[in-house]
Amino acid sequence: MKDLIFDQIALGDALPSLTKAPITRTTLAYFCGASNDHNPLHVDSDFARAAGADDVFVHGMLDMAYMGQLLTGWVSQRDILSFGVKFGAIVYVGDTITCRGEVVDKVEREGVYAVKLKLRAVDQHGDLKLSGEAQVRVGAPAVAG
Amino acid sequence: MLDKTLIGKSFPPLLVDVDKWQLKFFAKAVSEENPIYFDEQAAIAEGYRSILAPPTYGVTLGCAVPDPFSRAKAVGLDATKILHTAQSFEYFEPICGGDQITLVATITDVFEKRGGAFKFMVEETVATNQLGQLTTRFRQTVVERA
Repeated sequence: MKDLIFDQIALGDALPSLTKAPITRTTLAYFCGASNDHNPLHVDSDFARAAGADDVFVHGMLDMAYMGQLLTGWVSQRDILSFGVKFGAIVYVGDTITCRGEVVDKVEREGVYAVKLKLRAVDQHGDLKLSGEAQVRVGAPAVAG
Repeated sequence: MLDKTLIGKSFPPLLVDVDKWQLKFFAKAVSEENPIYFDEQAAIAEGYRSILAPPTYGVTLGCAVPDPFSRAKAVGLDATKILHTAQSFEYFEPICGGDQITLVATITDVFEKRGGAFKFMVEETVATNQLGQLTTRFRQTVVERA
């Protein structure tokens, strides 16, 4: 992982994007068990249809986990100060999620240097599924002289 | 009717063991490639006590109860119609395999929009580890769709 230094980061800098494999029913079955979210709306098509949905749909927290991987692919998890998302639209089986992030602010407070990121996840059609933000700590500028 | 008297109410602490096997399973479920999330030796080499729980794992710990919707039901939401609309975390100390985490959830808001068509609940959870350290504080918003 490359060292990120405060004064070498510019507003508008993009994180390397992350595209995950298409989400399958198997993905949802694994995530149901692994995440402790046993809501049948995500794994049982019969239940989902009886509840008025067209089919099962993806756990929002799976999309957020993917977004977390975008962050931990860029900085060490220790440097993530905060991370939040809004689940904008439902993600369905077969969708391919791409996570993107961009530096929108730089802040220094009491010797902690951080950047604020704007986060977006889109599907294979480019439709926005999740939006959010994070603050991550980066390296202090080198002291002159 | 929503029960707004529950705003500010904290619920009994939930004590959860952070299971290494489940962390590995979670890593598999999200196709994680970084070994610090599934290989204890790799995590230790990076300075962690054990396998590192990923950034969103607090919610998984919070779901380790017979009925994750019990608080939503208590305020009057229909659990069969609940969607998760927002989630945020603040981070302090890492959560690792083998940790024992105490979660205390507090309902911080209950409100309606569009004349009651959408009913929201916001809750905040504080997660403290076995050393008494604050690990993460997270906030969850759910809505009962009409």
